[in-house]
Formats: sequence, C-alpha cells, structure tokens
Amino acid sequence: MVAKTSNPLVRVSHLNKSYGNITALLDVSLDIYAGEILAIVGDNGAGKSTLIKMLAGVVKPDSGYIKVREQTYPYLSPTKAIHLGISTVYQDLALVDCRDVVSNIFLGRELVYGGLMVDRRRMEKQARQVLDKLQINIPSLKTPVGLLSGGQRQGVAVARAIIQGGNVIIFDEPTAAMGVQESAKVIRLMQELARAGMAVVVISHNLHHVFEIAERICVLRHGQIVAVCKASDYQPNQIVELIMGVTPITTDGIGVQKDAAN
Amino acid sequence: MQQIKRWLWSWNEQFSQILLGLILIIMAVLLHHASPFFMTWDNWRNILDQSALLVIVSLGMTFVICTSGIDLSVGAIAALSGVCMALAMHAGLSVELSICLGLAAGAAVGVFNGLLIAKLNLSPFIVTLAAMSVTRGIALILTKGIPIYGFPVNFTWWGSGHIGSLNPPILMAVLLGLLAALVLNRTKLGYYTLALGGNEEALRRSGVAHKTYKTIVYTISGLTAAVGGLVITARLNTAEPLAGWMLELDAIAAVVLGGTDMKGGRGSITGTIMACLLLGMLRNGLTILNIPSYYQQLTIGLIILAAIIISELRLRNAPGHGTITKED
Repeated sequence: MVAKTSNPLVRVSHLNKSYGNITALLDVSLDIYAGEILAIVGDNGAGKSTLIKMLAGVVKPDSGYIKVREQTYPYLSPTKAIHLGISTVYQDLALVDCRDVVSNIFLGRELVYGGLMVDRRRMEKQARQVLDKLQINIPSLKTPVGLLSGGQRQGVAVARAIIQGGNVIIFDEPTAAMGVQESAKVIRLMQELARAGMAVVVISHNLHHVFEIAERICVLRHGQIVAVCKASDYQPNQIVELIMGVTPITTDGIGVQKDAAN
Repeated sequence: MQQIKRWLWSWNEQFSQILLGLILIIMAVLLHHASPFFMTWDNWRNILDQSALLVIVSLGMTFVICTSGIDLSVGAIAALSGVCMALAMHAGLSVELSICLGLAAGAAVGVFNGLLIAKLNLSPFIVTLAAMSVTRGIALILTKGIPIYGFPVNFTWWGSGHIGSLNPPILMAVLLGLLAALVLNRTKLGYYTLALGGNEEALRRSGVAHKTYKTIVYTISGLTAAVGGLVITARLNTAEPLAGWMLELDAIAAVVLGGTDMKGGRGSITGTIMACLLLGMLRNGLTILNIPSYYQQLTIGLIILAAIIISELRLRNAPGHGTITKED
C-alpha cells in the first residue's frame, strides 16, 4: 500500500509478442514497485517467461515499451537491463559449469586493476561477503560450479544478481528444483531483499509459496493479464480459478479490474 | 563426497601437464641413452628452433579451441602473410612496414573468420575451411604459384638471426607464450574466452558483448598464424604460397595433446607449449635414431590418439560434461 503511492521502479506498457501464429503476450502492462514482492503466476505457456525475459533484455517485444527511471525503451538488451538495475536469476541459472564460483559470480562484471588484469583477490573477498550474507555455504570459491549442489548453484546465481547491483531482481521458478529446506531459505532471502528496498519479481507454480511471500499477484492466461490483485484479498482457490479460467473473467468483476484500486 | 570429487578434479586440472612433463622426461632420458648427441646444447637449440613456429601458431589455436571453435585456416594465413611481406619488400617498402602489412593481412583473415562465425552464427569448421581455401587461393594468385625469394638481411634475421645463443623465433615463442598465458588466465578476454566455450548463452545474458569477444579470439589466431608466416618466410628466405601446408593440423594436435578441451571452457597455454616441445623432441629423436619419416608420422598419430583417449576419459568426470552425479 505504501509502495503503490510512490512511482513504480519499472513500468511495462502494452507489450506484445508473437511467435508465428502463436501469441505469447498480448497487451501486457504492469508496474513494479520498490520494496515489494510481486508474483507472476499462470499455467504453462501463459507467457510468464516471455514477460520476464523482456525485462531481462533476452527477448525483444514486437511492440509496447518498458519504462525505467523516467526513460522509455522499446526493448532492452541484457547489457542495458543490467545497467538499468534489473537483474535476473534464470530458471536454468545461466551458469558456466566448468568455471569456478568467483568467475561465475562476477561474470560480465569482473573487477580489474590497471584497467586490464582481473583482480582475483578483491573478487574473492567480495564474493565471500555476498555468499556469507546470503548464508550460502560454499567451502572453496575455486570449485567449478558444475560440482556444486542445486542449492549452492542457485546461491551462486543469486550472488551474481546481487553483485550486479540492481534494484529489481527477478526470480524465475526459484524453488522448482529444490528441497523443502532450500526452498525456505530462498523464500527468506527474497523477503530480505524486499525489506532492503529492492523490487522482487518471482515466477512460481507453487501457490503455497506465492501466498507466503507475495504482496501482489499478477495472473497471466494465454498471454494476457487477467488480474493483478493483492494477495491478502484472495484465497488460493480463487487464484487457481483465475489461472485456469474456470470463472468467466468478464462477469465476476474481479478479473477485469487490473490494478486493485484500494 | 564433494570433497573427494573436488580434489580429484583439481588434480585433473593439472593432470595433462603432469603427464606431459613425465613423458617429456622419460623420452629425454631414453633418447639420451640411445644417442649421446641428443643431450647437447646444439641439438636442444635445434629442437627449440624447430618447435618455435608450432608454439606460436598453437597459442592462437588454444584460444580458439577454448571457445569450442576451430581454425583450419592458420596454415594458409601463414602462407598469405609471408607472401604479402615478400611482395611489399620487393615493391620497395621498408622491412618493418612489410612485416606490419603481412601481420595485418593475417589479422584481417582472422577478423573475417570471426565476424562470420560470431555475427552470422556459422559453424567455425565450415567458415575456416572455406577461409583456408580462399586464403591459400589468394596467396597462389598473388605469386602466380611461384615462390618469391631474396630478402634484406634485416628481414631474414627474424628467422635465422642470433640473440645471444638463441634465435629470434625462440624468443618470440617465449614472449608470446608468456603473454598468452597472462591473457588467458588473468584478463577479461581470457575469462570470456573460456566462458564462451563453457556456456555462451550465460555470457550473453550477463551482458557481455560475446560476439565481439569471439571475433577478437579469431583475430588473435589470425595474428599468431601471421607471425608464424614471418618465421617461415624469414627462415627460408623464401615466400612460398604453399608454406604452412597442414600446419593447422599440427597446431590442433598440439593444443589437444596439451590438455585443452575440444568442447571448450578449459584450456592451458602451458600444456600447449609442452605438447609442442614433445612433438618437436619426438621428431628430432626419431631422426637422430635414423628412423624413417614414415614411422614418424605413424608414431605422432598414435600419440595424439592416445592423448585424446586419456583426455576424454578424464573429462568424463569433469563438470559441464553431463555425466557427473550431483548431490540432491
């Protein structure tokens, strides 16, 4: 509620994307606020990944724009997105398995001295600080990430997003491949990031987790936003109905109302 | 369990170099017993001199193979750059300017390869195969197939001059080797070269201009091949359009023998240099022992095969090769 009165950190507006005959996204508009956890839910193929990939600059929209810091962009590149403070923890984590933990955390943002030589020592120190803050236990930073466990790998990907220093952090299915304990850790982490003033966007199939953390829930179906609602106003089964499209969206009144006014 | 795997893997990292070093020592001891001439300084200078060309060309090839690419055009580039230097000198340009022109020609072919592979996303094998033919063709057209010979002494110095008791090619190989090791292990370019081979998509999503870096890697290979062309041309005092024939295959063999992974993401300059020395020593030893050159071909082929089998078995357990079992 506090967040809604301030300006959004990121505003996506009227985004469209189709692959041949298939419409992936249709006129999607959404605001992302600082200090808030926004969940994006929807069935497989609803367009969740396409939407966040546009924010990350990996996919180009056909039309529409993305507004960050009072500037509008028809599309972002990965470089631009990171530069504008939008970091993404991809579902596949986008790690280089044969490279070590430090190289992965600083991938694309290596610290150098003399403008040329990679500063291993400073990178190792900062990597250790971030991992400690995230409470991720990795004994040696020289371990190739391909040898780490699922939770540790996720930790490396999150640490990279934090090193990128943005204020918007997107998680694509962060708990999909995780055990109960590791999931709980990631959830706590997302809450801490939001408390620290970052905007957290999370895609999840797990409605139990969504209701545990999200303040707002954005429901996508067939590439369209059918609802953006406050989590506290809804029951999980109502969200399921929105995802599945069982309740006719035009007659019940909840679906058409895109942003909860109160 | 993880501890053991990590230990095994870190040992694996050094595995190729340790193995190569052992083979080098064993072979040296055997050859020393077989021929008293082998361990003389003159013979060793000879081995180093013969290996320098391969070392220089293989350095660039190491970078390319680290990105999981391949460069089949290096032999042809060496020929073209030599021809360019020769033509420039015969046209009355200074030696220094001619060398620069030759190197620029090699780099240009590298840029051409890199742009096609990176920006158009074409297969490195096909692009450099075509480039090999095109480059060799240009070298033949420029010379009408006839070798060009007779250059100033300050040009031939680059191939057969003396700096103390060493030759310029040996010193160039040492200096370029140090530079290559520094770049691959300690600079952004090196980090991205290895990441390109490991997971190019991850590099792209991290906001790195991955295509530019890929182009740079092929340019480096073109440049080292051109330096190889300088060495060949200056040493023989002749620019041969057919120089460097099959040089690319020797370079690829040396890089793989040195422990660089053909699948990319893992590579070692030290290994490459050691492998070049091993091949040079083997050729030298077999010649000293009066073994016919047909047997040399056979032996070298079998050694490369053995190296690839060992490296493949070893890498089955390395991360990024799929078969590893992860905890949870």
